[in-house]
Amino acid sequence: MNFDLSDEQKMLGEQARALLSDLSPFDRLRHLIDSGADWDEELWRSLAEMGFLGAAIPEEHGGLGLGALDLGVIMEALGAANAAVPFMSSIVLAAEAIALAGSEAQKAAWLPKLASGEAVATFAYAEGPGPVFAAGVQLRDGRLTGSKSPVADAGIADIAVVLVAGGGFALVELDQPGVLRTKLESFDQLRPHYRLDFIDAAAEVMPGTGKLDRLIDQAAVQAAFEAAGAAEACLTMARDYAMERQMFGRSLAGYQAIKHKLADVAVATELARSNAYYGGWAAESSPDDLPAAAAAARLSGIKCFEMAARENLQVHGGIGYTFEANCHFYYRRERMLAVHLGNRGFWADRLLNAQPGSQAKAV
Amino acid sequence: MDFNDSPEEAGFRAKARDWLAAHAPAHVLKPGEKMPDTEEADRGRAWMRELFAGGWSGLTFPKALGGGGLSGAEAVIFSEEEGKYHLPKGPFTSIGTGMALPVIAKHGNDEQRARFIEPTLKGDITWCQLFSEPAAGSDLAALRTKAVRADDGSGDWIVNGQKVWSSWAHLTDWGILVVRTDPTLPKHKGLTFFVVDMKTPGIETRPIRQISGACEFNETFLTDVRIPDANRLGAEGEGWACCMTVLMGERLGSGAHRSGVEPLIDYAAATPDGRGGTMLDDRAIRQQLAEALAEEQGERFFQARLRTMVSKGENPGALAGMVKLAYASRYQKTNGLALELRGLAGIAPEAGDTATGDVQYDYIYSTVMRIAGGADEVLRNQIAERVLGMPGEVRMDKDVPFDSLKG
Repeated sequence: MNFDLSDEQKMLGEQARALLSDLSPFDRLRHLIDSGADWDEELWRSLAEMGFLGAAIPEEHGGLGLGALDLGVIMEALGAANAAVPFMSSIVLAAEAIALAGSEAQKAAWLPKLASGEAVATFAYAEGPGPVFAAGVQLRDGRLTGSKSPVADAGIADIAVVLVAGGGFALVELDQPGVLRTKLESFDQLRPHYRLDFIDAAAEVMPGTGKLDRLIDQAAVQAAFEAAGAAEACLTMARDYAMERQMFGRSLAGYQAIKHKLADVAVATELARSNAYYGGWAAESSPDDLPAAAAAARLSGIKCFEMAARENLQVHGGIGYTFEANCHFYYRRERMLAVHLGNRGFWADRLLNAQPGSQAKAV
Repeated sequence: MDFNDSPEEAGFRAKARDWLAAHAPAHVLKPGEKMPDTEEADRGRAWMRELFAGGWSGLTFPKALGGGGLSGAEAVIFSEEEGKYHLPKGPFTSIGTGMALPVIAKHGNDEQRARFIEPTLKGDITWCQLFSEPAAGSDLAALRTKAVRADDGSGDWIVNGQKVWSSWAHLTDWGILVVRTDPTLPKHKGLTFFVVDMKTPGIETRPIRQISGACEFNETFLTDVRIPDANRLGAEGEGWACCMTVLMGERLGSGAHRSGVEPLIDYAAATPDGRGGTMLDDRAIRQQLAEALAEEQGERFFQARLRTMVSKGENPGALAGMVKLAYASRYQKTNGLALELRGLAGIAPEAGDTATGDVQYDYIYSTVMRIAGGADEVLRNQIAERVLGMPGEVRMDKDVPFDSLKG
């Protein structure tokens, strides 16, 4: 057993962190919110130049052909920076969906462009309030009818992979008369969401069927990396603030009420990271173990980031409630990450269903 | 990254598995088998003898001192394989191997090593731990049991005081003992460490009636107990350093006993929900069991990361405390949940419902896990201070001579 990232993976994570701390400081995030931007396009170009966008895209389609753990260390860095880029939408979900279910022609047409950043894609799955994986949109004879909402990053995306009736995927170009994009108020101010109405829109069927589970299991592992990175950033921010802040004649960080809280966050974060590592390893090397590994990673990722985002703001006290402090970026993103890809109840079922003899009875 | 055994590890595992298949079955405890403490301890000694004869005792202990000289990773593999058999293992042997041997090896002299190490590895000498006192638990250095030199010029020490929570002190041969030899020094500095023959006159052990109904813990009274100076480990005043050696072993070792979430999933599945299904169909129960299972899996993979650190020669330090901190609370919470999902039959089961008996016992025993071997609060302090780099606690008594402290 060697249950650690390789030196190359650690270096990749370092590079991603260094790039993000240069190009995506908190003041930049504030500026993006104030300007109403949908994304940090400049940062996206830099991520593309560094090869991060194509990290897990096969070499034959213009990527680096690396694995889930390599992608994971990049996601961890993006989570830590709370970056305003459509990496989850375009790379982790849409590009993977095309790789898993697309035709050779679809892969050849889109994967190189997604790897280079020339095109952006998103994955459209929710259809309003309720369970997020909904399949009411109809694909008939190459025409798409129905609505998806909310869809992350749909304003900047060139294409969407759409979850359609029957559980398959359709590939649709968004810049056409049959697609109406309406921007919604997004709780995460750095991750825009749109309503997509398809009115007899031209779309291609993606030939691979039954790929949704595999797709969201892989994405759940990546989301756990992102959550662990974000939780760690919150933990560090809270620790640093408490160390500096003086209270009743000594450092706030010296009080057990603060120490114990942050110790609990640290434990939850390490457990989530460990589950993410195992999920990444299972995705690469032991696919039968992926469903349970992904669900455990997802659940522990949600838990650690929830604790970290809330307690970080709490440790900051009143200053944490101001736009000038940096807690709110994470506090908002945490809720978005907790519900995208399915909430806790959804993943709790998947985890138990992956245990022999523990399936819920069909209701 | 590879979660599987390397070829060398797989070879070692096969070797361990073969040896265990040939030798373990004769020692296995039958399911539900109850026996007097004395017999359990004797069977523990017999298994120790078997391990020693096969070359499997003291696995990570240096070869030169009679141990196996193996890596931490190999020791884990052996214990994983050994754990597949329900063997008579417990504090009556693990305190010797996990606590007494490290401190004797590190702080003892050659004569002491020769006297104690091999007999302990063989199970001929078993050990108890005489550390905690009624007024010294998490704050161990507040201990008051004192030793003074005998006035007869023999160099012997005369010990008086009271120890508590000494597991199996009534049945073990020797004790590791920390006492105060100089109360004029600050509390950590005036301590000295001994090994003591539990048959020495003046030692009286009384079982503590515990909330579980069992009595594996004792209080031990020491009244004019005479200990030869040859049984002092390390120098006078070196007692605290010896304690740290012991407690480090406790921290790393206390991950051993594991009672998992899976039996509780089965328990929920075996409990009707009154609507034709089982409690495993209940949304709220599913949610809580799944969260616990996710945490348990994370803990398993976190331990794999720690193992990898150790095998690369890195010291996980206070990170190791995260395992027990997470485990103990989950153990309590999940068994509490199990009692609840069972309904009133969780409180008063019909005769023969052994599963509920186990859950009840675990719920009671989980309180020990949260206190012993580093209480939750102590571990949180250590993680905050040593992992996160936050300030240490305010210590009013640190530099004050012990005999001028209040209380």
